[in-house]
Amino acid sequence: MKRIILLLFAVCLSHSGLAQDKGSVLITNGTVVTITDGNKENADVLIEDGIITEVGQDLAAPIGVETIDASGKYVMPGIIDAHSHIAGVDINEWTNPVTAEVSMEESINPNDVNIYWALAGGVTSIHLMHGSANVIGGQNETLKLRYGSSMDEMRFKGAPRTIKFALGENPTRVHGQNFNVKPRTRMGVEQVIRNHFDAALDYKRNRKDYLEAKEAYEKGQLSKPPVPVAKNARMDALADIIAGEIRVHCHSYRADEIMMLMRVFNDYGIKDYTFQHANEAFKIAPELRENNAYTSVFSDWWAYKFEVYYSTAFNASILNANGVTNSINSDSGELIRHLNHEAAKTVHYGGTSKQDALKMITINPARQLGIADKVGSIEEGKQGDVAIWSGDPLSIYSIAEATFIDGKKYFDRSEDANDMRLQANPEEDFGRSQQRWYDANGRQGGSCMRGAEMRFTNQGMKYQQSTK
Amino acid sequence: MKDAERTMKYLSSLVTGLALMLVTTLSVDAQITEKATFGKFAITNATIHTVSDGVIENGIVLINGETIEFVGQKAKIKPGYTQINAEGKHLYPGFMDAGTQLGLKEIGAVDVTNDQAELGEFNPHVRAFTAINPSSVSIPVTRVNGVTHVISMPVSGRFSGKATLIDLYGYSPDSMAVSPNAALHLNWPSAVKGGYWDDRSDEKVQKEYEKNLKELNKFWDKAVFYDKMVASYDENNANQEMPDTDKKMEAMSEVINGNIPVIISVGNKKDILNAIAWTEQHPDAQFILAGVHDGWRVADEIADAGLPCLVSTLYTPERDYDNYQRPYQNPGLLHEAGVKVAISTGDTENVRNAPYHAGYAATYGLGKEEALKAITLNAAEIFGVQDKLGSIEVGKQANLFLSDGDPFEPMTHIEQVFIRGYKIPMVSRHSQLNDEYLNRGAKKN
Repeated sequence: MKRIILLLFAVCLSHSGLAQDKGSVLITNGTVVTITDGNKENADVLIEDGIITEVGQDLAAPIGVETIDASGKYVMPGIIDAHSHIAGVDINEWTNPVTAEVSMEESINPNDVNIYWALAGGVTSIHLMHGSANVIGGQNETLKLRYGSSMDEMRFKGAPRTIKFALGENPTRVHGQNFNVKPRTRMGVEQVIRNHFDAALDYKRNRKDYLEAKEAYEKGQLSKPPVPVAKNARMDALADIIAGEIRVHCHSYRADEIMMLMRVFNDYGIKDYTFQHANEAFKIAPELRENNAYTSVFSDWWAYKFEVYYSTAFNASILNANGVTNSINSDSGELIRHLNHEAAKTVHYGGTSKQDALKMITINPARQLGIADKVGSIEEGKQGDVAIWSGDPLSIYSIAEATFIDGKKYFDRSEDANDMRLQANPEEDFGRSQQRWYDANGRQGGSCMRGAEMRFTNQGMKYQQSTK
Repeated sequence: MKDAERTMKYLSSLVTGLALMLVTTLSVDAQITEKATFGKFAITNATIHTVSDGVIENGIVLINGETIEFVGQKAKIKPGYTQINAEGKHLYPGFMDAGTQLGLKEIGAVDVTNDQAELGEFNPHVRAFTAINPSSVSIPVTRVNGVTHVISMPVSGRFSGKATLIDLYGYSPDSMAVSPNAALHLNWPSAVKGGYWDDRSDEKVQKEYEKNLKELNKFWDKAVFYDKMVASYDENNANQEMPDTDKKMEAMSEVINGNIPVIISVGNKKDILNAIAWTEQHPDAQFILAGVHDGWRVADEIADAGLPCLVSTLYTPERDYDNYQRPYQNPGLLHEAGVKVAISTGDTENVRNAPYHAGYAATYGLGKEEALKAITLNAAEIFGVQDKLGSIEVGKQANLFLSDGDPFEPMTHIEQVFIRGYKIPMVSRHSQLNDEYLNRGAKKN
């Protein structure tokens, strides 16, 4: 028993030690891509104890702080992916059209090698999202890619709570088509949301009344005990959305369904929301702007299902030109490795400026996740999440050379080993060669529907790989 | 608001609205009816990346009909040529993606629009050429990015069917086809587990592999026998019974005799070695490996076997314990060992990203020049069409594009594409939607 307590103590100690894992570094003479204040040539960035304390020229390293010469290189804020499923353990709690009570909070694998691969692409933060099988899915978790730390240390401290919504084909197929449960149509999707919001408001009022009455009864101010209104985690989460305590990130594609949700949100006074994927957002850019809605889109994915058939890779540029704060996301363990080039495609499709393209993978996703006061640009006072690139980060010939989170180096190409796994199982000597090199059945590595597609197999339904 | 102001505001919004409507209507109309033009073109002042013969600065390319008539620095341009001043622009041969399903699959999740996977294990007689939809929305989307040619292939079963080599302009598969039957696609029977979800025992995996291989060999041997039987009957039918027609066997004839190659999709090291050993048993046939994610592990063996490889770069490492850069480095490592490589995305609607696959290969070891070959001339050579495609040379088909920079860079714009001499309208659904919605204007439309 004593040993166990000691062991627990040691584990707690080591973890709290890691939680303080911040570093100091001086990166000199690079082209600093500040994002919020243009590019600064031959500039230095000083990070002290995890915080950017100075951006300028000819800075001196405090005693004991390592200096890295970035001459001829670019220093850029860590890339932020507003839609990811890497490092996720379970993705979809698909069993009900509404599962607002569940959370990705305890569904994080800090040892997922995909984290390392993302760091090697200059990414420092991700929005680990619940899947898209339900209209109102689970709560997401914003992470810092502290590879090999603990579940708790992976979480982005101070990031607001967010929740996944999903409109269109995914929830209507999973619930309506397969389980014969509403919603079967986009009409039904709207009512599922409205019904649950109404129920949450009623619950909140009734629960409050009950608790007040209970208190009054206990104080002897009431003669009879009130009829109890049980605590309901799902209703609590829904009420928190309406109260503005949880930001909605909604999987959506078509213009009509995006308009629908904005109407619903206006009716319930919900603000600060982001449409994820939003392939048809370009059709209603003025309306999105008017509602201060955010969008987070693919650079060029389309045609893998009907609701993305009338898409355009110009989506991001059109949104940007219309004043919508847009980010480029991956939703993929592959795309997250080169989000810089996904952003560069907005220059190709629609002539977005290079500075705006870079914003779409840094400050814009930071705004959407409510962490723009902490990360997303290189500014004094912000957290030291930066990457050093061999050249212009938008160029295909540039390579991320080192990636820092809170001033601590998590990736260094010069120290990169072949096997970077943290949990190696020597028994598992299989490749993934059965995963065909060609795109046999739609998108690879179905992320948004991970976990839910197995349901189709069990139900004797067609195995769905192709569902983002 | 004062009345006058209100009237003015109304009038100005009306004018803007009308003007916008006019512009929108005109532009949309123009796009729908715009056709490719054909004739004589003189592209001048271009930086010509010939691929076969280096780079020519301030060069001239003359196109006459389908053919490149002149490539060089000085030429007297006769009347009748439409001149295109390409000052500051780069001219490249059209890119080729050596492995796609373009034209066969329209919308991934809508089954009735999927023609890439026929039922059955052995389908050498089904042809991608038959099912190429020239009106696929993905075709213009692809070609405006400089990809002018693709191998499009069936993908299911063991022998999936015949892949076709098409260009991306035309009103029928017949007008688009360079080689209607370009190759036969074979999914190599794997002798390794598929992944963590594969709960078969090692013995079972091996047993299933042996069974699959036996079936493959049986089918192949039968084809060889059938071919001999038919040949013998054709030679002298005096005392012989006429063999019954067998479409599958007939379709194998050009394969077993090496007139068209077999594309073997294979990924894992062990499988690649098995496939190599198998190809050596069939010296009369031609083989190409595709996918080969573990290719770098056995690059020397592949080189010794003389097998070209169709490769991509934008996928996650084959194994969790592989270095993160391996997918990017694979083409370079194969090339270094002496393997001829060509780029194949394996994609459908995003074949337009083929140049970026090449760009990654270029950055991580292959180099720009070889990467350019991998997406042009190598692909043409692998499929035996280097007399027509793959470089900017006199006598070759006029498949080229003009860009404002390096086409491997995602930021570069492709400004004009020529396919088979046709000057292609630079529009696609994606650009049309942009034109229609960029300045959509009034909020209550």
